[in-house]
Amino acid sequence: MSDDILVLVEHRAGTVLDPTFELLGRARALAAETGGQAIAVVLGSGVDPLVATLGAADRVIAVDDPAFAEFSPSSYQAALVPIVRDRSPRLVLVANTGPGMDVASGLSAATGLALAAYATGVALEGGAPVVTCQLYAGKIDARVRFADGRGIATVVAGSFPVESGMAAGSPPVERLGPPATDGRIRFKALLAPEAGDVDITRETVLVSVGRGVGEQENLELVEELATALGGAVSVSRPLADAGWLPRSRQVGKSGLKVKPRLYLALGISGAPEHLEGMRGADLIIAVNTDPRAPIFSVAHYGAVADLLDVAQALTRRLAG
Amino acid sequence: MEFIVLLKQVPDLAEELEIDADGTDLARDWLSYVTSEWDEYALEEALQLRDQAGGSVTCLALDTGSVDELLATCLARGADRVVKVGSFERQPASHVAAAAFAAALRDMPHHLVLTGVQAIDDLDGQVGPLVATLLDLPHVSVVTHIAVGPDGRTATVHQEYAGGVVAELEVDLPATLGVQTSRETPRYAPVSRVRQLMKTMEVGSVEVSADGGAGLVIEAMSVPEVSATAEMIAGSPDAIAERIAAILAERGIGKAAVR
Amino acid sequence: MQRELPVIKVDGVTELEHAVVEGVDISGHWNRMFTQRSITEYPTEAMDWITGLEGGESLRNCYQCGKCVPVCPVNHVGDYGPRKLNAKVIRGNRLIDDPDLWLCTTCGNCYRVCPKEVNPIQFMPAIREQAVLEGNIPDELSDVFRNLQRTGNPMGESPRKRADWIAGAGVEIPVISQLDRPVDVLWYVSDYTSYHPRGQDAARAMARVLTALGVDFAILGPEERSDGDSARLAGETGLFELLAEQNIKAFSRYEFKRLVVMDPHAYNAFRNRYPALGWEGEVLHYTQFLAPLVDGMRFLSRVELDVTYHDPCYLGRNNGEYDAPRRLLEAIPGIRLAEMPHNRANGYCCGGGGGGMWLDGTVAGHVSERLSERRVREAVATVGTDGTGVLSVACPYEPSRFEDAVKSTGNDGRLVVRDIIELLDQAMQPPAA
Repeated sequence: MSDDILVLVEHRAGTVLDPTFELLGRARALAAETGGQAIAVVLGSGVDPLVATLGAADRVIAVDDPAFAEFSPSSYQAALVPIVRDRSPRLVLVANTGPGMDVASGLSAATGLALAAYATGVALEGGAPVVTCQLYAGKIDARVRFADGRGIATVVAGSFPVESGMAAGSPPVERLGPPATDGRIRFKALLAPEAGDVDITRETVLVSVGRGVGEQENLELVEELATALGGAVSVSRPLADAGWLPRSRQVGKSGLKVKPRLYLALGISGAPEHLEGMRGADLIIAVNTDPRAPIFSVAHYGAVADLLDVAQALTRRLAG
Repeated sequence: MEFIVLLKQVPDLAEELEIDADGTDLARDWLSYVTSEWDEYALEEALQLRDQAGGSVTCLALDTGSVDELLATCLARGADRVVKVGSFERQPASHVAAAAFAAALRDMPHHLVLTGVQAIDDLDGQVGPLVATLLDLPHVSVVTHIAVGPDGRTATVHQEYAGGVVAELEVDLPATLGVQTSRETPRYAPVSRVRQLMKTMEVGSVEVSADGGAGLVIEAMSVPEVSATAEMIAGSPDAIAERIAAILAERGIGKAAVR
Repeated sequence: MQRELPVIKVDGVTELEHAVVEGVDISGHWNRMFTQRSITEYPTEAMDWITGLEGGESLRNCYQCGKCVPVCPVNHVGDYGPRKLNAKVIRGNRLIDDPDLWLCTTCGNCYRVCPKEVNPIQFMPAIREQAVLEGNIPDELSDVFRNLQRTGNPMGESPRKRADWIAGAGVEIPVISQLDRPVDVLWYVSDYTSYHPRGQDAARAMARVLTALGVDFAILGPEERSDGDSARLAGETGLFELLAEQNIKAFSRYEFKRLVVMDPHAYNAFRNRYPALGWEGEVLHYTQFLAPLVDGMRFLSRVELDVTYHDPCYLGRNNGEYDAPRRLLEAIPGIRLAEMPHNRANGYCCGGGGGGMWLDGTVAGHVSERLSERRVREAVATVGTDGTGVLSVACPYEPSRFEDAVKSTGNDGRLVVRDIIELLDQAMQPPAA
């Protein structure tokens, strides 16, 4: 048993990903309270360049083995289970990403540690973690404790500032011996998306539409508005799934993360997966017919109205 | 190939969600339930894979006393068999659900177990990887593409990351997969067929002993204060447009300012 | 595989060698006669399959006279025509994969003129049902079916919010479950009237008019479900039955003398379809209920407008009510009523019926313009020339369809769309200051 906070480091193509830094920053603050350490756990092959960016951790546990050159859910889990068992930390923080989902539930089932998913807040009360979880597509928040005072939380990206986990420093590195592996899942390739016509991460103005747009032909009205604003159209996942616009225009967890000067969200309810991709925009204006749409919780301005009416009115206004 | 699909019902978000008097659960009296969206994708993928590779699709749902329509809908879409698992007052936590599914699957042939990558209510984690761990099967989450190898011993899957990047992974079967989306929109199940099947279908059932829990204590549930940050603009569409235009002009955002 | 075209065999030819009729010699080929021709080698499977469906029988009666083609509203904007359906089917096409299957709005104008009583209002839903069962269904339509199943309305809105429009009506609107007594009129509000902003305008107007007339009425509120008729006509019979069961259950829970409905499709369902499912009672479209009451209406304002009236297919042609709406319009002081060329039994369909309301994307690729756009042009030509025209309607599908069409045809400012109940309400209010 320890009061340490473990953070699973997620990395791809030689770079530690932003959600990990968010978790490290938070772990550091929590560890200061528990009196334990913020420990980064990194699995990889030739991990030194990665470790060099983990200055925010009090300590790094590294598994450095060719078997971990690329991500494999089965191997990760095989290696992680004994680490978590041995250290018995107060809290394990994992990003709520594909790989994070792969390992967190498995860790929970294998170690008996409870798991709180879709966390957007993690605090301590009487030394034990209290986690705020986002349920029902962001429509409900649940505050939960772990029954035996320790557990695992998968954290939604964007919940904590990335910068807080990017501190300089050279924490001690503990290298583990040959790890357990499980080759039943084998990495084959990393496939980049097809290049799109527009790079929405570089646009200063995005007019973003979701299911509320109704019919595909209504996209024309949205395009007109984007043109009038000198920006581009982006979409939420359902519209990209429907093939109305290419994947390269999709904002959100499984799409792109954008930080435009203006993000005009039209008919987007604001599922957590979408908010992950756009909450960093300078100015967010949301139009939705549902006054309780979660998008209004991140927007700076909101209007409860039909998006087509507003889009057309705004296009006229800008032209006039 | 034996394809298994694990499904469940979740509250329909068309209804406004409210919290019960205790403040630790949804007020369930008025809730209506729908099949979890991602489970529908999992079923569609299973049907497509079966039609390509042959075999059969068996759909499993925990018996909460109200899953007949869900199971009839699975049959109407083309599933070969449906099975109710255990006996529950309502949909339990993911850990309990996973234990029940795992118990049922121990005596059921399975090569590929598909379920939704997540559900809107799985507070204590996703069912797929929990089942996988209990059965010692490999598991991949956020799967957007599945192809079963020619010998039926492996599957090649895509796991999706941010920015549309995907990893291609090869998985030994049997395995479980958390499905993010299906190649086609889940097919429509005609109501007349569903109603017919409700009367005539054979539903298998598996007894399981379900104990344990999620190990979580819910202290409070709340509806997030949505307009806490947003300043709401009222009025006609023209009035809203006018105000937005003013906000943009103030900040120098717009075509004239940018270009 | 290429199918051989049908072969027409001429079994025999007669030519009289000598024939003199009234002094004129018509010998030789001038008097050529053919014996009865037998038409053979048509593939009959498709026709047999369709006419074997309940409702599909009449398709075989078509003898290709073509009277249906010029009266078909879809034919005006595309290549579709009812006669061509028969021609396709006798060439072996079951229509299951054919876009034509979704173009018919079941407006019934072809049936009106058909000498053989070939009836698409029956055979279209019958074939569509098979298409739905086979999984051949446009996504936009299955989305609506899912919504209807889940929430009892095509938009997928919460059934609990079905009566939210009550706020803002300015009068009290009793919900029957809270009354605990019989009422004279159970007012079935319908889907678009309950949820669509423009429909809600009509609902509030209706509430004010009923209240002013002292009608003893109540609504079902959250217990009300879609009547389901358009889903039935679009091929989802099971869904129609499900919704009908829910409504009938609600109807039977309360005591009321008659049902008054806003939506002609609901009128059609309750009047012609629900009896077979176990509910019978007096059903009136709201124009039929109000028309006999015009003498008791106190009009406080003049409505100086040029108005034309669009006959809804399922009130007019398919249920024979043309006069009640016109009596109401004529009673409103100031209104100058003008008829469009297509009126009454020959009224031009808005394109929303028979599932058309939910098939705009599917239909768009096969028509040069929407039916609603064509109808709006007709209305503009009739009453919109000096910019004060009103296209009056009596069906909740219309305001959104026609208002979109007014915009898309560039007629903003020339024509407005108003439900008759809105005009009545306007005239019964004191003049705006």
